[in-house]
Amino acid sequence: MTAPLQHDRFGNPEPPAGGPFLPPSERSRISLGLTAAAAIGRFALQVCRECRVWQYPPREMCGQCLSVLLDWEVQSGDGVLLCETALAHSTDPYFRERLPWRLGIVRLDCGPTAVVHLRADTPAAPAPVRVHAMLDRAGQGVLVAYPAMGTPDMLHDEQVREMTCDPKRRKILVTDGRSAVGQALVLALIVAQADQVWVGHAESTDLSRNLTELQTLPQVRVLPLDVTREESVKDAAATMGGQVDIVINTAELHYVQGGNLSSAQELAHAQMDVNYFGLLRLAQEFGPLMRSRAEKGQGNAVAWVNLLSVFALSSFPGRGEFSASKSAAHLFSQSLRAQMQPAGIRVVNVFPGPLDDEWNQNISLPKLGAAALAQAIVKSLREAVEDVYPGDVAQEWLARWRDNPKVLERELALGSRPV
Amino acid sequence: MSSARSRYENVVVTVPVTIPYVRHSTHGAHWFAARALRGLLDGSGLQKSQIDGLSLSSFTLGADTAVGLTQQLGLTLRWLDHVPMGGAAAMITLRRALRAVQSGDATVVACVGADTNQVDTFRTRMSVLSQFAQDAVVPYGGGGANGSFALLTAYYMQQFGARREDFGKLCVAQRENALRFPHALFKKPITLDEYLNARPIAEPLHLLDCVMPCAGAEAFLVMSRQHARHLGLRYVNVLATMERHNAFPEDPVQTRGGWALDRDELYAQAGIGPEDIDLVQTYDDYPVISLMQLEDLGFCAKGEGPEFVRRNTFTTDGSFPINTSGGQLSVGQAGAAGGFLGVTEAVRQVSGAPLGAVVDDARHALVSGFGMITYDRGLCCGAAILAREDA
Repeated sequence: MTAPLQHDRFGNPEPPAGGPFLPPSERSRISLGLTAAAAIGRFALQVCRECRVWQYPPREMCGQCLSVLLDWEVQSGDGVLLCETALAHSTDPYFRERLPWRLGIVRLDCGPTAVVHLRADTPAAPAPVRVHAMLDRAGQGVLVAYPAMGTPDMLHDEQVREMTCDPKRRKILVTDGRSAVGQALVLALIVAQADQVWVGHAESTDLSRNLTELQTLPQVRVLPLDVTREESVKDAAATMGGQVDIVINTAELHYVQGGNLSSAQELAHAQMDVNYFGLLRLAQEFGPLMRSRAEKGQGNAVAWVNLLSVFALSSFPGRGEFSASKSAAHLFSQSLRAQMQPAGIRVVNVFPGPLDDEWNQNISLPKLGAAALAQAIVKSLREAVEDVYPGDVAQEWLARWRDNPKVLERELALGSRPV
Repeated sequence: MSSARSRYENVVVTVPVTIPYVRHSTHGAHWFAARALRGLLDGSGLQKSQIDGLSLSSFTLGADTAVGLTQQLGLTLRWLDHVPMGGAAAMITLRRALRAVQSGDATVVACVGADTNQVDTFRTRMSVLSQFAQDAVVPYGGGGANGSFALLTAYYMQQFGARREDFGKLCVAQRENALRFPHALFKKPITLDEYLNARPIAEPLHLLDCVMPCAGAEAFLVMSRQHARHLGLRYVNVLATMERHNAFPEDPVQTRGGWALDRDELYAQAGIGPEDIDLVQTYDDYPVISLMQLEDLGFCAKGEGPEFVRRNTFTTDGSFPINTSGGQLSVGQAGAAGGFLGVTEAVRQVSGAPLGAVVDDARHALVSGFGMITYDRGLCCGAAILAREDA
C-alpha cells in the first residue's frame, strides 16, 4: 500500500547535480499516437480497420493481416499483470535517481501484451489491472498499470506522482484573482491541499469582497500583478518567481462589441494585450525562473497552466477578436511547451467552452460554471495530461474539430446569430 | 510444407579461434575482427588470398558492415555475409557458410563474431536496438536486457516452480568449468550462497545471473573435408542445424523458443537423439534461457527444467556437461561473439583439443544460439549438432 505523502517543510535546497534528467524521450513517429491520446487523458491503441486486431507496440502494419489501415481507438486498458520486476539498476540517469523501479508485463484483454510501469499499490503478479496512458516527465505517453479496483491515497504513489503535477504541497500562482474563475480556482487549490497560493490582482482596481475573504485564508497571499505591464510582471517574478511550482494564468479579457471601448481596433488591442501579450510577459519573466528549479523533489517547478478557450481552435463568429487572441496564445503556448519540456515542466492548456460570465450571457450555448472549470483544472494537474477540454460544449467542439476543422468552421458560420 | 533437410556432405568446421576477452577496450570492433582473421590464418596455414568467403557479426562496427571490413582487411571475396542477429548469429552464420561451401559458392568461409566494449558502449547501443524497444521498453526504467530477462525469469519461476537455487546451481557449475578455461574473465570459484547473496540487479535477477559485457572475438573456418585434411587440421562434422525466428508469438510471455518447433527435424536430420549428446553449449546470457533450451531441445519436458537441474551435475566430469568453457556467464559476453563461444568450445571438445577441462570421449555436441530481444522476447533461435569424424 502506498504511504501518504509526507510534508517536506524545508524543501531541498541542494538539487542533485547534473540534471534535470528526464525519462528517455526518443520515439518513432508512429508511436506518438499513444502520446497524442495520453495528452488528453485517453488510452488508445491501434486497431486494424480490416481484421479488427489490436496492435502494440505501435507499428505501421497489422501484424495479423498486413493491412496498413490502422486507427487509434480508445481502449479500456483492462488486463492481467503476468509478471513483474523491480529494477535495482538502470543505465538511464533519470531512473537511476529513482531506483528501485517497478515494472511488469500486462496482457491486455483486447489481446496484446505491454511492458508497463507499476504503481506501488498495484498488487503482485498475477493480478487484474487497468492500464492507463499518462504523460511522463519527458512529455511522452507511457503505460501505467493501476489496481483494477481503486485504493485509498491512490494519487500519492511516488512513481506516478513523478508524472503528475498534483497541487498538493505545491506553491502556486494564480495570475488573476479578480474573476469568478480565478477565485473558484484558489478555493479548489486550497481544498486540494496546496501549500501556498499567490493570487494576482491588478493594482488598478480595489479588492473585491470575494478576494478580501479569500485573503483571510492562511495559504493565500494577494500579490500586485497586472499582466499588461512589464514592470508589474517583473516585480511579481522578483517577489515569488523563485518559489513557484505551478503558474496558472487565468488573466483574460473578453470584450464584446458595444462595450466600454470605442473602436473595434481598440477592443482587439486590449484583448490581445491581456490574452496574448500577457502570457508572453509572464513566460519571459517566470519561464527561466521555473526552468532553473525543475529538479526532482517536492519543492520543484512542475507545471504551467494556460486558460485558453475552445474558440482558439476555430473562431466563434462575432467573437473574432477574442478568438484570435486566444488562438495566438495557443500557438505561443505550444512554443512555450517545447521550451519548458527539456526541464520536465508540463504546459497544460485548458480549452473551455463559453464561461458562465458577464460576457457570454447572449451566447445560446450551455455555459461552464467557474467552480466546474476550477475543478477541471485541478483534475488536469492530478492526471498526467496536457490538453483539457472541460464541459460538454468543449468536448463536442473538440470532436467536431478533430473530425473535420473545415466542416466545423462552416457549421459555426451557419449557426451564428448576430450578437 | 517443408521438405526434408539435406545433409551437410563433405563440409566441416575447423580452426576455432578465441581472441582473449577484456572488460573494456579502447580498440574498435575492427581491431578484434582483424585479430580473429589473423588467428584463422595462423591456425590454418592459409594465405589471406585463399579466404574467399566472410561472414561477420558485430554490434559495434559503427556505420560499417562486413562490406567495409573487406576493404579494411584487404580481402577479395566471392561470398560475403553480415549477420546482425546477436546471440543467434553464430548459428545462422554456420548454416549459411556450410551451404555456401557445400554448393561451391565459396571455398573457405571465415566466420567471425567480434565486438568491442568501451565504457559507454552498452548504454549507447541499447537505445538504438529496435523501434519496438525504443518506443515500448526503453522508456520503462532503462533496465536494458536485465529488465527484460528479469520479467521472463519471474514468469518462468511462477509458471514452473523454478527457484533461484536452480539457476544458481548452473552458475556455480559453469564457474567451476571456467576455472580451467584460459580465456575466462572470471577465475574465482563461487558458492551457491555467494550466488544467492549477490546484489540484486532486477528481481529476481542478481549480479551472478547476468553476463558481463566485454570485448573480444571468436571465429572459425568452414571448408571441405578434403581441404581440412590436406591442411592437416582437426575438424568436426555438422550433422544438423536449425534456425527459427519469432516462434510462438501467441505466448504472452516467452517460456519457449523456436527450438521447440524444429527439434524433431533437427534430430531426424542428425540421425541421433538427445540421449546421444555428450555435451551441450547453451546460449547462457541468463540461466533461465539455458533451462528453456534444455526443455525445448528435448533433454527434459517443458516445465521440468528445474527438476532436471536438481538431478544433474553440469561440470565437465558431471552427468550432463554444459558450457564447458564456463559459458558467457563466466567467460564474459563479447557482444556478438557470445554466440560463437559455444561453437569454438564445442569444436575443440569434439575434435579432441580443448583448451580447458576435458569432456571424456566427446562424440556429439549440441550448440545453441538465442538472440535479439527487440521488444519483450528473444526472436532468433538456432542450434547445431556437431560430431567427431568417427562418430
